Amino acid sequence: MFEPFAKLNQNMFKVDAEGRRATRDGYGEGLLALGETNKSVVVLTADLSESTRTEAFAKKYPERFFECGVAEQNMATIAAGLGISGKTPFISSYATFSPGRNLEQIRTTIAYNDANVKIAGHHAGVSVGPDGATHQATEDIAWMRTMPNMKVIVPCDAVEAKKATLAAAKIKGPVYLRFAREKSPVMTTGKTPFTPGKAELFWDSKKPEVGIVACGLLVATALRAAQELKADGIEVAVINVHTVKPLDGPALRALANRTGALVVAEEHQVAGGLGGAVAEFFAKEGPVPIEFVGLHDTFGQSGPSEELLEFYGMGVGDIKSAVKRAKRRKS
Amino acid sequence: MEPLHEEKLKYLEELANRMRETLIQTLVEAGSGHSAGPLGMADIFAALYFHVLNHNPKKPDWALRDRLILSNGHIAPIRYVAMAYAGYFPIEELKTLRKLHSRLQGHPHRTSLPGLETTSGPLGSGLSQAIGVALAAKLDQNKYRTYCITSDGEHQEGNHWEAVMFAGKYRISNLTAIVDRNNIQIDGATEEVMPLESLRAKYEAFRWNVLEIDGHNIERFVDVVHEARAIYEKPTVIFAHTIPGKGVSFMEGDYAWHGKAPKKDEAKAALSELRTLGKRIRSEHE
Repeated sequence: MFEPFAKLNQNMFKVDAEGRRATRDGYGEGLLALGETNKSVVVLTADLSESTRTEAFAKKYPERFFECGVAEQNMATIAAGLGISGKTPFISSYATFSPGRNLEQIRTTIAYNDANVKIAGHHAGVSVGPDGATHQATEDIAWMRTMPNMKVIVPCDAVEAKKATLAAAKIKGPVYLRFAREKSPVMTTGKTPFTPGKAELFWDSKKPEVGIVACGLLVATALRAAQELKADGIEVAVINVHTVKPLDGPALRALANRTGALVVAEEHQVAGGLGGAVAEFFAKEGPVPIEFVGLHDTFGQSGPSEELLEFYGMGVGDIKSAVKRAKRRKS
Repeated sequence: MEPLHEEKLKYLEELANRMRETLIQTLVEAGSGHSAGPLGMADIFAALYFHVLNHNPKKPDWALRDRLILSNGHIAPIRYVAMAYAGYFPIEELKTLRKLHSRLQGHPHRTSLPGLETTSGPLGSGLSQAIGVALAAKLDQNKYRTYCITSDGEHQEGNHWEAVMFAGKYRISNLTAIVDRNNIQIDGATEEVMPLESLRAKYEAFRWNVLEIDGHNIERFVDVVHEARAIYEKPTVIFAHTIPGKGVSFMEGDYAWHGKAPKKDEAKAALSELRTLGKRIRSEHE
């Protein structure tokens, strides 16, 4: 059942297409709110102000908005200069370009330099859809979480995306925020707890047999799988690990202790992302069987969002199968 | 910035030469590092730290200080020498360059040493960081000026030209870029590795104010730095034509000295040349 303390919207699967919203919309709302409350916030984009949802900020605060043109390396390094000079810059582009194209600039001038820069990587995952693999970021969590000083947050819905944007401005130092293009179910509410670095239990059972660890859009998919598994007589628990770095070790440990087997679900390569982080944790902390839902060493392609998620093994059925595999592996 | 009197000029020229001596000693102690670029930029670093910059070595975080961004981080040794002379840290500490636990990293790291403004080394990213620093000053109506030293070779980086374009668009007039035009890079002469000229025409096309000097003429350098402060419509770039390895005959103009440090006997020969040069500078002014 939905964990009561998470204060989730229990009608999340009943809302029609109109009620679904994209995490990037939450980012745009977060920026607009910050414009009012935090004068140090400046926003930069590289010719993608509409699709990264920075337009409203640009209109309201033109003196604090910088259009860099198609130049992601310059955007990151200008932000580094602003970030070491008392400003809180947010740089906005597609994740394949930022942190893709400008990875070294981010490493040297933001991460190593410990500059107060927030990197918003948009169009993450295959759910980007028709644009194809060039524009679907599926390695970015791995790139960013291996950088010292960098924190990595992957919000699960538009409401959480706004909270994450507000929270990032309060964190001193580099933060990576990952957003999706497609509209998705909004499960969290204003009352759902959100603290960077702290995973939240979203679904629980009396005696969960498998724990599902998810981030981003796959949290909703995991909740749907949990509902269906319950009908099949399999009890699970689902935690939303919105902060991939620093990882919430105690929450993972507690989930593993209760269930004895885990499934990690993310819209990313199974190598190096949330799954990699969880596997590293349990390799050290005492092993537990883990199944991985995500891309298995392959790029995406053009197509409708839902069909791509299904094709690449990130659908409800895939999570259910992974749960059953994990359950079988329990000794 | 006060006017540059004859006596101060003499002091700066002598100082630059002493900085070259300390640089050679520092590099030989480190056992690796770059020689040609730091020697070539000694005059400009002496002028910046001891005449141009509004700074306070005792308060490296002073909000109103002028910012000096070093884009070509590999010439950091001459910056370290200038900073030690200026009182940011004891001259003795120069001996730790490139060693374990040193604050003087092989390429400069901002959070290791107070007084460094950025972390640099990977080329082509310094100018855009300097633009960010200058933009912050504009937003805050802060009066400090931002200086950015770049190499000529790093003009082969795309990131650098992205920055040049941006500064032209946003008229970053509180920024002065200084290009060390010494014509060498690791693999050879810049015009052979990847031709850069005409740099002047390129910057002008991107709406910059361009000034050009002999980078060993401290008096001229101070003049053009003054001139740049009076330009409000555009960012300014100063092309400082320098001789790589300046002051040490067997290093001058030889790209092989771009990325290596002198051995003990080479250092001895270099120091002897620099001391003779020092005597000449002193006698010329008498």
